[in-house]
Amino acid sequence: MNKTVNQKAWFFVLPVLALVAFNAIIPLMTVVNYSLQETFGDNVFFWAGTQWFQDVLGSERFHAALGRQLLFTFTILVIEIPLGVAIALAMPRTGPWVSVCLVMMALPLLIPWNVVGAMWNIFALPDIGLLGHTLNALGWDYNFTRNPGDAWMTVILMDVWHWTSLVVLLAYAGLVSIPDAYYQAAKIDGARPWAIFRYIQLPKMKRVLTIAILLRFMDSFNIYTEPFVLTGGGPGNSTTLLSIDLVKVALGQFDLGPAAAMSLIYFLIILLFSWIFYAVMTRNEEW
Amino acid sequence: MRRATWLVPTLYIIFLMLPIYWLLNMSFKTTNEILGTFSLWPQRFTLENYITIFTDPTWYMGYVNSLIYVTINTLLSVSVALPAAYAFSRYSFIGDKHLFFWLLTNRMAPAAVFALPIFQLYSAVGLFDTHLAVALAHTLFNIPLAVWILEGFMSGVPKELDDTAYVDGYSFGRFFVRIFIPTIAAGIGVAAFFCFMFSWVELLLAKTLTAVEAKPIAATMTRTASTSGYELGLLAAAGSLTLVPGAVVVYFVRNYIAKGFALGRV
Amino acid sequence: MAKITLEHLRHSYMANPPTEADWALRRLDIVWDDGGAYALLGPSGCGKTTLLNIVSGLLKPTEGRVLFDDRDVTDLPPDQRQIAQVFQFPVIYDTMTVYGNLAFPLRNRNVPEKEVDQRVRQIADMLDLTGRLDSRASGLTADGKQKISLGRGLVRSDVNVIMFDEPLTVIDPHLKWVLRSKLKELHQEVGRTMIYVTHDQTEALTFADQVVVMNLGEVVQVGTPVELFERPEHTFVGHFIGSPGMNVLPCELANGGASIDGHRVAVANASALKQADGALEIGIRPEFVSFADEGLPVNVVKVSDAGRYRIVDTRLGDHSIKLLVSEGETVPSERAYLRFDPERTRVYCDSRVMT
Repeated sequence: MNKTVNQKAWFFVLPVLALVAFNAIIPLMTVVNYSLQETFGDNVFFWAGTQWFQDVLGSERFHAALGRQLLFTFTILVIEIPLGVAIALAMPRTGPWVSVCLVMMALPLLIPWNVVGAMWNIFALPDIGLLGHTLNALGWDYNFTRNPGDAWMTVILMDVWHWTSLVVLLAYAGLVSIPDAYYQAAKIDGARPWAIFRYIQLPKMKRVLTIAILLRFMDSFNIYTEPFVLTGGGPGNSTTLLSIDLVKVALGQFDLGPAAAMSLIYFLIILLFSWIFYAVMTRNEEW
Repeated sequence: MRRATWLVPTLYIIFLMLPIYWLLNMSFKTTNEILGTFSLWPQRFTLENYITIFTDPTWYMGYVNSLIYVTINTLLSVSVALPAAYAFSRYSFIGDKHLFFWLLTNRMAPAAVFALPIFQLYSAVGLFDTHLAVALAHTLFNIPLAVWILEGFMSGVPKELDDTAYVDGYSFGRFFVRIFIPTIAAGIGVAAFFCFMFSWVELLLAKTLTAVEAKPIAATMTRTASTSGYELGLLAAAGSLTLVPGAVVVYFVRNYIAKGFALGRV
Repeated sequence: MAKITLEHLRHSYMANPPTEADWALRRLDIVWDDGGAYALLGPSGCGKTTLLNIVSGLLKPTEGRVLFDDRDVTDLPPDQRQIAQVFQFPVIYDTMTVYGNLAFPLRNRNVPEKEVDQRVRQIADMLDLTGRLDSRASGLTADGKQKISLGRGLVRSDVNVIMFDEPLTVIDPHLKWVLRSKLKELHQEVGRTMIYVTHDQTEALTFADQVVVMNLGEVVQVGTPVELFERPEHTFVGHFIGSPGMNVLPCELANGGASIDGHRVAVANASALKQADGALEIGIRPEFVSFADEGLPVNVVKVSDAGRYRIVDTRLGDHSIKLLVSEGETVPSERAYLRFDPERTRVYCDSRVMT
């Protein structure tokens, strides 16, 4: 669409700008401020330069949390994206079941995050939870509060439960927007289901899948409440993802400087990854 | 093979419903029964947990508080996002692309990063423990989202509509309210839905910014869990009740949810 | 290559259509000979796309049969019917090159790569796409994309019929006639049966040897462009084809002849009038009406210039009669008399011509 050049349009954007700036820029400045100073309490600050950044970047603990975070994000993307696409492909396109499917699938997205954590906690507890009890009855010594492997599996399963629907909804929106003529032409051209997927559905879903991957990437990097309520980051530090670690440092130990430096590094990592991903996905509009 | 495709969504929905079922199941049990026996459905069905919640103000006020700030946030986010989205979809101005991208980066900001400074900020301006504080803080991620969705919908409306209205003698304000807003009503619905959703499910900021007066239901739950022992039945009932607003809202917008994100531009 | 026979076709999108109006196709019997150029012409919603989809196999008719030569293909899916279709909006595989698009139907049928290459190049040459073979199909303009859709049909040597569903809808006006004459040229070159669906009379009349005019789920006339123009069998055809359309005036029987508001009018099918049973109308094209010294007394209401001729709007009582007057000829200012060419004037009974 041809847009009119109009500098007065800034006035339309002003309220948004004011609100977001109030919430984003002032706190961000505070964080930057903390990250560069040392405090011994009583609001007395000393210039610390890049000390905190060096400390954080060099610390074992940060590396470990970042490693866990990357593994977590990678795992859930690898599971949720293909699964979401597969489910969207199998969903009916018309008829009364469409609404039923959409409403049921959207439900997990609308549950407060700590309730999601709490729900999975009581669902997975080995003694009283359906999942934990069943697994143990089947002979698997499952206990997510004791066994790091089980804890990981549960956190991942919870995220798949919580967020795959978002991918399904997006992929489904992409699929239903494909005009019938494409399927008809493919039929006439004798294309098999795989060819239809590869040459029609996948290219048409590219845009929504880009959004899905971006959102899932960003949100999984930001995840805090659900795993915190489910496992508290444990056992040990086994499920302590970046956000959980950050809050432990900031509120638990009240180490404002390192916490602030960590926040900034963390935020920059998200920005960087998102930007790279976005640039790669949109570099040539044809995939 | 085509005949079996219904199986995939069905299995998925069963998987989705299992934890929810378990939560509901527990909400109808007494805490003693939950801890004492393992059963697939309540052996001694009780509504006691729900009665406690609906009679104790510290519980039910949690719902009221949550609904208040979610509503304020939704109204606020959508109403300021409307003119901004219009500007992005219709005009080009200095810095428009950068501004749009900057807005979106705020959608990526980890709440954990902002929790502490936002707490200090709202304490400093005297808004701590008010509904408005949570509503304002949630605009951080909801406004970018609303702008993004609305911009997508608005770009789908031909610019000729605007021009025709001006030719017909409409002033900008009258055109915007009388013609444009009704035209993109579906988009507003979708944006409002997503604002509602993300404000309703967020806890970290909401919990950080409140103490007593505006404490959200979700925070009430976590505190109850730690103070009055492990009241599982009560917790399950409170959790089950948090599903209700979401379920109601999603039912109303079921035909639009899928469309909402698909129309936004990347 | 095959002759296409549509036998007693009826189709409805409902399971149990309660009324006649719920049938998208009411009753159809058509035979299309091998190698012909046909057009299906009719307004939106007349059932022409439904009919097309039944021929291609995308829809299964509620009743009736589709025969290719003598083979009943009613139950065959599209990929087993050896047909090709060009849709209203260009359907191309965005991620493939032009070459890949053209090769796609052949590769799906496991044609040896050498033959694929040869066919693709040959067809690309015919469609003037040779220079673009290696560019991405998504980068082409709408007319280029439509050529690719057509090309995917042409590459296959087994195609019985190529069908076009309003293929020029999204093409720029100045390119429409280029593509149209290209189509005509291709038809003569490859000799395949082509069926062209459109609501545009110019497209139908210039492309086809034989035009099927449809309205409300029924065929109202099948004929050559000249027949449709000179001898419309249905007032709808008269209206729909020609610009301006045929004048249709209610008439009554008087002394074995037809008259309008008491004015006697000579008609070509006077002998058939005896069997008249229903609403009678007289149809006469504006081209065959002229001013005369005596005849139907009318008032001239409006004269509009249409280039080489002028369209004159006149009133006879409450009825409007249009006529064409060539440049140079004078138009009476108010009162005038009209003459209808008796050879071209016909009486219609319940909209159908009387015979």
